[in-house]
Amino acid sequence: MLRQKITAFAAAALLSATVSGGSATEMTEVAITYIIDHPAIDAARMGIVDELAAGGFKEGETLALRVQSAQGSMPTQLQIAKEFAGLEPDLLVAISTPSAQALQSTAGDIPLLFSAVTDPVDAKLVDSIEAPGGNITGTTDKQPFGPTLTLIKTLVPDAKKIGVIYNAGEANSVAQVAALKVELEEHGLEIEESTASQTAMVADAALSLAGRADAILIPTDSTVVAAVESVVNVGERAKIPVFASDTDSVERGALAALGFDYYKLGRLTGEMAVRVLNGESPAAIPVGSLDTQDLYLNKTAAAAMGVTLPDDMLNKATKVIQ
Amino acid sequence: MSALAVAGAIEAGLLFSLVALGVYLSFRVLNFPDLTVDGSFPLGAAATAVAIIHGVDPFLATAIGTFAGCCAGFVSAYLNVRFRILNLLAGILTMVALYSINLRVMGRPNISLYGEDTIFTAFEGLIDLGIWTTSAILLVIAVVMKLLVDWFLGTQVGLALRASGENPAMARAQSVSNGRMTLVGMTVSNALVGLAGSLFAQSQGVADVSLGIGTIVTGLAALIIGETLLGSVKVFWATLGCLIGALLYRLFIAAALSAGFLGIQAQDLNLVTAVVVAIAVILSQARRNSRFKLWPKMRSLLMDTQPQKG
Repeated sequence: MLRQKITAFAAAALLSATVSGGSATEMTEVAITYIIDHPAIDAARMGIVDELAAGGFKEGETLALRVQSAQGSMPTQLQIAKEFAGLEPDLLVAISTPSAQALQSTAGDIPLLFSAVTDPVDAKLVDSIEAPGGNITGTTDKQPFGPTLTLIKTLVPDAKKIGVIYNAGEANSVAQVAALKVELEEHGLEIEESTASQTAMVADAALSLAGRADAILIPTDSTVVAAVESVVNVGERAKIPVFASDTDSVERGALAALGFDYYKLGRLTGEMAVRVLNGESPAAIPVGSLDTQDLYLNKTAAAAMGVTLPDDMLNKATKVIQ
Repeated sequence: MSALAVAGAIEAGLLFSLVALGVYLSFRVLNFPDLTVDGSFPLGAAATAVAIIHGVDPFLATAIGTFAGCCAGFVSAYLNVRFRILNLLAGILTMVALYSINLRVMGRPNISLYGEDTIFTAFEGLIDLGIWTTSAILLVIAVVMKLLVDWFLGTQVGLALRASGENPAMARAQSVSNGRMTLVGMTVSNALVGLAGSLFAQSQGVADVSLGIGTIVTGLAALIIGETLLGSVKVFWATLGCLIGALLYRLFIAAALSAGFLGIQAQDLNLVTAVVVAIAVILSQARRNSRFKLWPKMRSLLMDTQPQKG
């Protein structure tokens, strides 16, 4: 009995004792964390790493890189934040709002860059877009919906009601939908909302829009984008054109997106990272955003959703998926 | 593992020890497998965060968060007692509903408390232990709550509560109202969880609607690890087990996160979680021959086998 207790205690003590850190000090250390694994976040991360390499910080040679995903858990994200702050790297990078907030409270005087945060001011990460103050700056994925709405009107001329699927529990998405509502009104369109709190519920949310909406628009919502195939499936069966806000979703079956390439956003964040690593203070670097929107079109999806893509549009497109 | 990472693990461990205490009251004492926790934890955080950004005193805001947790527990218990909804389902229903309610309470999915007054900033200048300050405050709170639970389970009501969970028929024969005991127990249990959520938001500086995911898993894991180490019969040891179990559990996660430990990476975390709980249950099976009865119902739930006679 007692021996078992002692063994169990010893095992537990061993577990906590065998952990000791220690990494090369010669190299520049950068630590990247994000809340959940998903294509847009991965794309941003790749962009950051590639741009760091281009700026002379090559992983394994001159750069020691730590990457950790919180797997969707806030307590884990906070533990990662402490872990990273304890490593005292030269630069911290957080992709997504909750990750940035978690690092913000532990970073101390370590420079922190965020990426893919829709409203950094509302999230209390920076004082203002132009002058972040503090030790934090980064890139925002906020984008104007106007051009996308014009695109929808061109491709689906008689569209009146635009279905929007998003996760009401995601700060980024709520900010986007609020902005979208304003722009929809300016374009004389109506919104039909449908929410999904988990990827498994995205299909149901899309189905609920059948018969209610003339077109579906997906914001850059990590939950919905992770299950964009479910939406595409409904769009094809119900002949509702599906528009996305990130280009990756078009490669996965959405009709069109005038959007946002998270890889490019990552590269922009990477440029800032190089500047900070070369000694610039984040406080003086304004929050960056992409001013170009790439047009991605999907011919297969167009046929399945009953939309004709005009030739001049196909010529203008950055990429056409066959 | 850096000192800061250890401090973070201890903070989280102490926070989740309150959840474990709540889970101990519902699962163990009351025999009520309560899944409300995944909703009442973020509810406590949400209510406190909203109160704080509206300028409410942090201590009052903490009380509000705790009370919100009480209400959640009461609803689950009421669904079960009054409408005879299966306890597991009553908890699930409340938990699911709370996701929407938490969004309503906060008005948005995420509230940052960065730079706001919290009960932790109130102690600034009074205690300064560097990175250990928050841990120290939380340790005091966790120990006080542990002792309060010990005391509560020794009172007339607490004894009736234990009797009701242990043997409802016998309790009824002693004119204990089992329904009322369920209401009391679940309210107290979720008050602890709400308090944990409230303190989580304040110590970490953010309340997010997704905060609650996996709370019950952490609480249960902590409870089981504690019981494996310290036994589950005496209240004093069982509640101490909640504290130690939660600390060990979070330390293990921190260890899993830090570099080079058995080659475990962040993406393996959930696997690690499952393995830790499995090992704890297996160890507790080794205790089968001991005189302690290990909550047969729970074990059969977890392991899908009928508990054997010990």
